[in-house]
Amino acid sequence: MGPWRSEKSARRGAARDLRSRGRCGFRRYATYRLATAAGVFTNSVFGCIICFTYLALWQERPDIGGWDAQDAVTFVWIGQSLLMTVALFGGGFSDELADRIRTGDIAVDLGRPVDLQGWRYAEDLGRSAFHLLGRGVAPTLVGALLFSLAWPANPLTWLAFLGSVALAVTVSFAIRYLIGLGAFWVLDVRGFVVVIGFVQLFCSGMVLPLVVFPAGLETALRLLPFAALIQVPAEVLLEKSTGWGLLAALGSQLGWAVVLLGAGRALTRHATRRLVVQGG
Amino acid sequence: MTALVRSWQAYRAISGAWVRAAMAYRASFVALALGQVLTSGPDFIAIVLMFASIDTLGGFGLGEIALLYGLTGLGLGIADLVAGSTEQLGRRVRDGSLDTMLVQPVPALVQVAADQFALRRIGRISQATVVLGWALLHVDIDWNLTRVALLVTTIGSGAVIYLSIYVLGAAFQFVAGDAAEVQNAFTYGGVTLTQYPLTIYPVEVVRAVTFLLPLAFVNWYPALHLLGRDDPLGLPGWVQAASPLAALALAAVAGVAWRGGVRRYRSTGS
Repeated sequence: MGPWRSEKSARRGAARDLRSRGRCGFRRYATYRLATAAGVFTNSVFGCIICFTYLALWQERPDIGGWDAQDAVTFVWIGQSLLMTVALFGGGFSDELADRIRTGDIAVDLGRPVDLQGWRYAEDLGRSAFHLLGRGVAPTLVGALLFSLAWPANPLTWLAFLGSVALAVTVSFAIRYLIGLGAFWVLDVRGFVVVIGFVQLFCSGMVLPLVVFPAGLETALRLLPFAALIQVPAEVLLEKSTGWGLLAALGSQLGWAVVLLGAGRALTRHATRRLVVQGG
Repeated sequence: MTALVRSWQAYRAISGAWVRAAMAYRASFVALALGQVLTSGPDFIAIVLMFASIDTLGGFGLGEIALLYGLTGLGLGIADLVAGSTEQLGRRVRDGSLDTMLVQPVPALVQVAADQFALRRIGRISQATVVLGWALLHVDIDWNLTRVALLVTTIGSGAVIYLSIYVLGAAFQFVAGDAAEVQNAFTYGGVTLTQYPLTIYPVEVVRAVTFLLPLAFVNWYPALHLLGRDDPLGLPGWVQAASPLAALALAAVAGVAWRGGVRRYRSTGS
């Protein structure tokens, strides 16, 4: 990265760095094959248990929330697939980011010729791609073998779903980036992580699809960014959001991604302007 | 007997040191314990939300499901407090810190369980206790001395069953250290499964958690007796009081598995 390089080639170099960072993020998680197999097993067990509880619920109220039992069971496996992909329990890069801020190693990151947020985003995209393939596909196949799932009638829905998942990962990244940055102000961000984890479990639809919530609560939860993590992508695949509804769904995800990423950038600038790294 | 006493003393000494360490940062301890209440809460809130639009699930009302939930949650909560640290066994095998434990004059299992003892785990116990208390106020149980005794032994047996699963999981990590997550399917998965009436599952699942991995003894069979319900499997009545037997049997299996794990343990050499 010498000064003799032109602006253009520097930009090209940065793009290459980000791509390689993304590949690293993928490989970092792909290394642990046994752990992945264990995770697939656990996701499958949980998926089955939740399916039976939803089937019992839909037996009592066959049209609850305008969904049928097949939609509900499909939702379970979408949720299990996205659980790790959108890192609903937190973790991934944000613990590391908080740690590097606490120890002062962040100064090294800020000195790199790539943007801190972009660099972490590239890494997290790689991680999420691995989790979607490694932890998402296999449990869904188990689910498809044991239960009757509602696959999309229109093959293009798969494309919209992938787009929606990418936006879900982006929103999730933006939230976790903000949490990690919290370490600039408090020493221990574990409290934030626990609280956000709890809020996300609920408000994303992971614990219970939002359509089952009492109507007023459902409307309120749909106004929050957390619905973009599970509920919105699931409704895209279930073809509950079609036509203009699909555009509105993807648009709401994009809107939250822009707002939260923007907040992360502003906060990074604010924090680093007065950053003092302790020596020693 | 002296070996048991010595184990208990060692457990108390090690866990006590960790409690004092946690109490050095009291505010942080309170926050983490409250965090535990939060992380164990969503399931029950989900059940309550479901009951906003239904009256029974699998033929059971909210109070009855709360009883199932409280019993299984309390069992896991106690086991997690006592031996939750055993989940770290894979890491200990990798970094070699198990070696130092094996040369101490205290059973390695006691040390693995007591090390990093986390008192914040009473968060889950408190949450389950509150739900259980609420349930006991809302279900119709014809109380007598046997039923009270049944309730108490059920909590103890549930804790032993989950403890045994933790030990089995730790023993499994001797073989496959990276696969620690499998254990979650049986501990947290077991709790999720048993917090609902087993009537909602296919009969094969009910048989599996009765005869294979006795999770149904954590709450289901005793609760059937407390609530005066018929057993859908039609097993003899004494099964509903057999939780201590199931717990002892699983504990014996777990003990054998742990010994087998220690015997085949080969240090990383680091």
